[in-house]
Amino acid sequence: MENYGQSVYLLENQCKGCTNCIKHCPTQAIRVRNGKAVITTDQCIDCGECIRICPHHAKKAKRGFIDAINNYQYSVALPAPSLYAQVNHLDDVNILLTALKDMGFDDVYEVSAAAEIISEESRKYVEEHPEQWPIISTACPTIVRLIQMRFPNLVDNLLPFITPAELAARQARARAMERTGLPADQIGIFFLSPCPSKVTAANSPIGHKKSEIDCVLAIKDIYPALVDSMKIVANRPEELAISGKIGISWGITGGEAGGLLSDSYVAADGIENVIHVLEDLEDEKFSSDLEFIELNACNGGCVGGVMQVENPFAAKAKLQKLRKYLPVSAVHAAKTYPYDVHWDKEVEYLPVFELADNLKESMEKLNQIQELCKRFPGLDCGCCGAPTCRCLAEDIVKGIAKETDCIYVLKDYLHKLSENIDKISGV
Amino acid sequence: MADVLEFTYEVSDEDFTRAGEASSDVKKKLKKLGVSPDVIRRVSIALYEGEINMVIHANGGIITIRISEDSITMILDDKGPGIPDVEKAMQAGYSTAPDKVRNLGFGAGMGLPNMKKNTDSIDIETKIGVGTKVTMVINL
Repeated sequence: MENYGQSVYLLENQCKGCTNCIKHCPTQAIRVRNGKAVITTDQCIDCGECIRICPHHAKKAKRGFIDAINNYQYSVALPAPSLYAQVNHLDDVNILLTALKDMGFDDVYEVSAAAEIISEESRKYVEEHPEQWPIISTACPTIVRLIQMRFPNLVDNLLPFITPAELAARQARARAMERTGLPADQIGIFFLSPCPSKVTAANSPIGHKKSEIDCVLAIKDIYPALVDSMKIVANRPEELAISGKIGISWGITGGEAGGLLSDSYVAADGIENVIHVLEDLEDEKFSSDLEFIELNACNGGCVGGVMQVENPFAAKAKLQKLRKYLPVSAVHAAKTYPYDVHWDKEVEYLPVFELADNLKESMEKLNQIQELCKRFPGLDCGCCGAPTCRCLAEDIVKGIAKETDCIYVLKDYLHKLSENIDKISGV
Repeated sequence: MADVLEFTYEVSDEDFTRAGEASSDVKKKLKKLGVSPDVIRRVSIALYEGEINMVIHANGGIITIRISEDSITMILDDKGPGIPDVEKAMQAGYSTAPDKVRNLGFGAGMGLPNMKKNTDSIDIETKIGVGTKVTMVINL
């Protein structure tokens, strides 16, 4: 099985072994074993739900830190559009972009500029491929992983395009090389990310080989310094912005779909809502003339990412206000640099939930699971460390748990044992 | 030894929004079994259409799924009014669904045709006033 190096990990000493994360994991990838949470890495889609829910802050996302700019002669920051929604009273994007330079980056390249190219290319692609309708957006790596693992019939509906952040990285490197004359490896490309799934995507990209992103920083980590720098540069912003309304709108749900300039779309956000849409899509419950489906794992879209600072709904309002007086699009500015957006590596079904590699054995195991389920109370209490009784049954069949992990089974067992002891001792 | 796996589902007539629960659960199981995506798609569509029919026309019923190494059999058994003209019911676009159901987007007359289209065999036993038993098979 392909292991793509998840970003979400556990801080063992902070984990209390409670059941919050196992209950909220959309792929049931977490178990509590010996009092600590364990993530089954090949089932983790880096959605960040466990980070969000953990009351003990025991889940973290691997990411880079800003000191890494010292490893390069020239560094470029790629701000995600949702970053603009994190700060208060921003009426000129150039202040935020100039502040990034004040923080130490040599240049900035807006991801929203690359997003406008993807919007334009998507418009063409959707129109030219009615056989693939509804085409599903691939900007959220968590969604693509989810579809690869759970919705094999929908893999062919994926929009075969790289993410705006990846395109921005390629273009930013090309521009930096042109401006500085430096070789590619002395230029550091830093993506300022709303979520851990973008970290994973930079480490093991979907649909293409190597990522041009050298380092992914969390928006929440750079936020305090950014706000300070914004005060410093407020009166002398440089003209750095190269994107408009369409690009910036990618930061909120409906933004990408809106950029298609078509009414035939669905936009869903929040991982449970997304799963619901995918289930229904798989059952062909959507109208056959539906052209596009935009899906975001986080509530509200990227503004809801787990590495953000602001409340997602407040952030959405800010982004809407900010984009009001922007030009619709500035796509021609970004087209100065190469912009081939197509995937060049196949994205396939990852059958991580299969019980065995042949039908006979799988059937035998499923049968055992059904039988075991009958012995459990069906309360899904999580005390055994699995999110549901069914998951415990599966774990037992896989050989990684035992029946007496269920406290109800254990209680009965102890009860019988004490009865037997009573009998033997003649009480 | 499990040569045949069998699951049964009760389809409730109380709440039509619950129709689809059986097909959704079967879909999950087939994914666990590693059945090919195309077969999963066909099973879930045929079963979903069948479930909807049971809710709309027959006040619910019982679904039995049998999985063997070479086929998946779906038996939908109801105590509904029966189908007066099976041949007509199999025609695309033919529907006897009442307006209140059509208003919800069901009753386009594609249920049985879709079930036939997605399965390798379909057999309908029906008796007016007694009920209907639909048996669908998809070969593996």
